[in-house]
Amino acid sequence: MKALYALFTVLALIGLAYLGLSAGWQYLFGIIIPYIAFAAFILGIIYRIFRWAKSPVPFNIPTTCGQQKSLSWIKTNPLEAPHSTWALLGRMFLEIFFFRSLFRNTEMKLKQFPEGPRLVYGSNKWLWMAAMLFHYSFLIVVFRHLRFFIEPVPFFITMAESLDGLMEVGVPVFYMSTIGLLVGVFYLFLRRVIIPQVKYISLAADYFPLFLIFAIGTTGFLMRYTSSRVDIVQVKELAMGMVGLSPVLPEGIGTMFYLHLFLVSLLLIYFPMSKLMHMGGIFLSPTRNMKNNSREVRHVNPWNYPVKTHTYEEYEDEFRDVMREAGLPLDKEE
Amino acid sequence: MAEKKKPISEMSAIDHNPPAKDWLDPKIDFTARKGAWNYPAVPANAQYVGFPHPRKWSPVDEDWKLPENWKEIILNGLKERLDKYRSFKIFMDICVRCGACADKCHFYIGSGDPKNMPVLRAELLRSIYRNDFTTAGKILGSVAGGRELTVDVIKEWFFYFFQCTECRRCSVFCPYGIDTAEITMMGRELLNLLGLNIDWITTPAANCFRTGNHLGIQPHGFKDSVDFAIDDLKDITGILVDAPVNRKGAEVLFVVPSADYFGDPHYFGFLGYIALFHEVGLDYTFSTYASEGGNFGLFHSAETMKRLNAKIYAEAKRLGVKWILGGECGHMWRVLHQYMDTMNGPADFLEAPVSPITGTKFTNAASTKMVHICEFTADLIKHNKIKLDKSRNNQWKVTFHDSCNPARAMGLLEEPRYVIRNACNYFYEMPENTIREQTFCCGSGSGIGTDENLEMRLRGGMPRANAAKYVHDKYGVNLMACICAIDKATLPPLMEYWEPGVQIGSVHELVGNALVMQGEKPDRTDMRNEPYLTEEPAKTEAEAGKEVKA
Repeated sequence: MKALYALFTVLALIGLAYLGLSAGWQYLFGIIIPYIAFAAFILGIIYRIFRWAKSPVPFNIPTTCGQQKSLSWIKTNPLEAPHSTWALLGRMFLEIFFFRSLFRNTEMKLKQFPEGPRLVYGSNKWLWMAAMLFHYSFLIVVFRHLRFFIEPVPFFITMAESLDGLMEVGVPVFYMSTIGLLVGVFYLFLRRVIIPQVKYISLAADYFPLFLIFAIGTTGFLMRYTSSRVDIVQVKELAMGMVGLSPVLPEGIGTMFYLHLFLVSLLLIYFPMSKLMHMGGIFLSPTRNMKNNSREVRHVNPWNYPVKTHTYEEYEDEFRDVMREAGLPLDKEE
Repeated sequence: MAEKKKPISEMSAIDHNPPAKDWLDPKIDFTARKGAWNYPAVPANAQYVGFPHPRKWSPVDEDWKLPENWKEIILNGLKERLDKYRSFKIFMDICVRCGACADKCHFYIGSGDPKNMPVLRAELLRSIYRNDFTTAGKILGSVAGGRELTVDVIKEWFFYFFQCTECRRCSVFCPYGIDTAEITMMGRELLNLLGLNIDWITTPAANCFRTGNHLGIQPHGFKDSVDFAIDDLKDITGILVDAPVNRKGAEVLFVVPSADYFGDPHYFGFLGYIALFHEVGLDYTFSTYASEGGNFGLFHSAETMKRLNAKIYAEAKRLGVKWILGGECGHMWRVLHQYMDTMNGPADFLEAPVSPITGTKFTNAASTKMVHICEFTADLIKHNKIKLDKSRNNQWKVTFHDSCNPARAMGLLEEPRYVIRNACNYFYEMPENTIREQTFCCGSGSGIGTDENLEMRLRGGMPRANAAKYVHDKYGVNLMACICAIDKATLPPLMEYWEPGVQIGSVHELVGNALVMQGEKPDRTDMRNEPYLTEEPAKTEAEAGKEVKA
């Protein structure tokens, strides 16, 4: 149901754009909306990060996933319970670039054995693999698109493209990242509808970006490999014009391109106001970006305030008689 | 007091498939779910520690007698906490609901209730956050995953935030480090604002505030307990040890959870401590005022945690000690390791801890000035300062249960293992997905180890018991050692239910057993006052089979 909501939303948006483009609103979809989207994306992300950063970190609460640094002869696990700045950077690097914690994933099964039921835990790396495939494919796709915004095209982009197209299947060259992106996003969708627990927790907001990204990938794919092909030279002209803040709308770029651009714009606008901000959040997550050194270096809480305690004097006043009887030393005899 | 125990369904009957019905409906039938929730706080005790809106109420009643402006209180409280805790704010925002945490929670594994999946536990609160604090939620409502804040939602929070033990296992697996403990802590603080506390947390907190310990033991009672232990140890070893109380000028203040001197099997570890300190000649003192290292304030609110924790530094200062040593306790060490210095420090009146016996500087505790007993003892063993006769633990085939907080909030993994390996001959690890940072909770931590909640405790502890069963069957393990007072209180009934034949003990009980003391009587016994096993224990079939093969 929630998946259908999201699907219809994406389809409706595509339909809307199609109608607009048929009515000749190319300028709106090709220039105005992309500008707005880009601004919303950048400003939105800055706003969200700023909002997060505004809330202080009152306590040092890393989740330790390995041996602490204590006695000199006990081998520590710096990447799982970082004590130094370098170790912390190492931990964050693994989390951000290799999804370290997701790699740990296990699957619990309640299995029947002849002697009775037993819980068993197996390694489960499917989600990790799909996440790596999806995110890295997406990254490469975004990176490849930089060729539209830079003239001359820097060598590293050309190099990345040729590596990406190494399979050399068909003409034009088939990019592995396109397929990786589509396969990745499709798997992430499939598990949401197939695994009962994941289906149960999924919201429309979880399906929406998947459909949106799938639509972006598909329009991109169609425009490159099918009869809906568009003139790349003209696209670049448009992109360069926009970068130079003097946008010109070239004649006759296919509708598929405008659809693609519109969907990307939607993604940019949606990004900062959604869970897609996990990209920024991981950097600020206190259980991962703090050192496990809270007994060695005092962490300061900016809003630490005095509280009412039960002082020793009050305590002794209340219990003086029984303390004296028990022979316990007293601070005040009376 | 206790209701008739509801028989828990067989393990194989646990169904992990979620129901067809959407989770957004918060309604809970408290009458039908007796055994899965905790009794509310006794008003007098809530009042004593100044908790808001103390009153008599019951979860089975329709009317929970909430303050009139309860909605405003919750929304303001939520906003305040979003502004005070970056963790909370980020964890409200970035969950992608990938579900990696789902089957990591012992309560979900043991109950199959989808709202015990960490992700959904958080969504119970997140849905309100989305509805009232995000633009998308304000416009789109339930399509954006928002829920309206109703009395039923509050009741649902009460049910599920007291079905989380704040063990942090889910946060190990979350790709963004989302820690359900943080969310549960906020949820409980919000409930507290409406006077919705449970008694098993409130009464210990009130006791602790007044008498210095959760059990409400007054100073003379504490002194009696220590004297009693001294007598017991004399019976066992023939040696009269000194265990000073409230002594000014001692080098070290020793703080333990109160169950150590009052509970069984904790007490055998307590005997181990005082035997060890006698043997190495540690200049230390107990305190009646700081007669509790544990801190049920942690399970209530940051403020209560701070109020209860303050006595430790205050007492160290009053007694003029150099540094502080802490006994075996799980959540106590979460507070000492991650909160104490920030809340009640800096302890600049103390010195950076140095072991007076080995000269080792505990640089990792240079600021907090508090050392874990396993760090202290491991260092003694490493420097050959004590003589341990491993064969004196031959009656035990030992496994080690990592307590949640020392494992996932400290990284104290090797120290206790080193101590155990040096104190006994037979040590076997449980399966790797159930120990160290992946350890399973006892199911009764964070203040919910009550009788009325027994069904949920047995369910939540099932994964731990299941792992213990594995080593019990395979190696004949008969003792699960641990370093947490709540474990020691709640694992015995858990194992009794799921896998009889595995007892629970302290790491320092094993140390006490193995410790060769100068001047001990020839017929000395172990800490449980049982004679030592003189012959090798019989091998299990599995082991015998292995040897034949080899």
